[in-house]
Amino acid sequence: MSIFEYNGSALIAMVGKNCFAIASDRRLGVQLQTIATDFQRIYKFHDRLFMGLSGLATDAQTLYQRLVFRHKLYQLREERDMKPETFASLVSALLYEKRFGPYFCQPVIAGLSDENKPFICTMDSIGAKELAKDFVVAGTASESLYGACEAVFKPDMEPEELFETVSQALLSSVDRDCLSGWGGHIYVVTPTEIKERILKGRMD
Amino acid sequence: MGDSQYSFSLTTFSPSGKLVQIEHALTAVGSGQTSLGIKAANGVVIATEKKLPSILVDETSVRDISSLFFHKSQPFSCLLFRCHFLILFFFLNYLWQVQKIQILTPNIGVVYSGMGPDFRVLVRKSRKQAEQYHRLYKEPIPVTQLVRETAAVMQEFTQSGGVRPFGVSLLVAGYDDKGPQLYQVDPSGSYFSWKASAMGKNVSNAKTFLEKRYTDDMELDDAVHTAILTLKEGFEGQISGKNIEIGIIGADKKFRVLTSAEIDDYLAEVE
Repeated sequence: MSIFEYNGSALIAMVGKNCFAIASDRRLGVQLQTIATDFQRIYKFHDRLFMGLSGLATDAQTLYQRLVFRHKLYQLREERDMKPETFASLVSALLYEKRFGPYFCQPVIAGLSDENKPFICTMDSIGAKELAKDFVVAGTASESLYGACEAVFKPDMEPEELFETVSQALLSSVDRDCLSGWGGHIYVVTPTEIKERILKGRMD
Repeated sequence: MGDSQYSFSLTTFSPSGKLVQIEHALTAVGSGQTSLGIKAANGVVIATEKKLPSILVDETSVRDISSLFFHKSQPFSCLLFRCHFLILFFFLNYLWQVQKIQILTPNIGVVYSGMGPDFRVLVRKSRKQAEQYHRLYKEPIPVTQLVRETAAVMQEFTQSGGVRPFGVSLLVAGYDDKGPQLYQVDPSGSYFSWKASAMGKNVSNAKTFLEKRYTDDMELDDAVHTAILTLKEGFEGQISGKNIEIGIIGADKKFRVLTSAEIDDYLAEVE
């Protein structure tokens, strides 16, 4: 079993009209045993910047802690929040630093850039950025996620419609993957508010 | 005076609470050629005297190289930025003659008063820091951050063993998301944001002149004229495009040094 499939995860970020949604599953497992059903994979750095980390859970937590550290120092020094594009460059640089002993994580970054334009990107475990205009996925269920998102995605969705779309794509994909699931955790972010919702799906 | 007993070691405070070496460094700055900067509503101008010590100095080596870099509407993509910047480095190191105003990033320029060689070292370090920032964040460094890091370097040299402070004060002019900015950095490592400032030989007269002439809503062209007039105040001899240097940055966020022909045009307008 690959190291990326040790804990199991599923992540989606999708772009809507002046908003974005980022969603994850809630299972934390150790190979085939489920350890937790409320594991947090998506972290908020500031009101307009979220990041989800899939892959090995210990690396995800450590990477998150390092990034929070860097981001807090940046906020203190520059007296402003980090832009999502800047943050993505920072994550990419941090991951490449460990090129020959990498973090076994695949991050998904989603945020609102300056003119309230949604920004999403993902990268591989050594920092190769992939910017997308519609959606990005990561995790053990990623193949199903790609198919599901491609099928249901429409450009310029309103927040409520986006929520429905992402929920459907996430739940149907994790149902096909034994290592991820146990519900969903989804954030829909607009310039004015952040809506956090827990989904109940097949609890297995 | 009692202080002189404590001037042998940089790292020792004198009884009056001063670090005497820094005072001496400021004196070195104060005897350097005058330079000044003015922040306008839509840009910043920095200027300096460039008096050659004798007529035997080869004037062609003191040419301004701005004409090599004046790109008109260059697309500002990431890759081009890097190429542009690296080419800048190469050219500047190769062609460095005696240009007093230097570019640190495409949108930040700097001028000094004091010791030229110390200035070269600081410019080199600042450029490296700016480029490191860009490598990490893929964003141009904000002016405040670059000034802070340069000031930190200067402070290091006031608290380490076996080194002396830099004998220069810098005027850093830049234009970023926060608008036009002008900072002065002293040998001690302290930095201040100025609307208009002067340093070097004629500093008190120049500052008085600037205080009288400065208005908050000045445009960039007015600022250039004011800068020229201020330099003229304390200038010994005939002022011309060949013995002063002017650098400007406008709302296009591109710092450039004016050619001597352009300076002569401004001088004609001022007459």
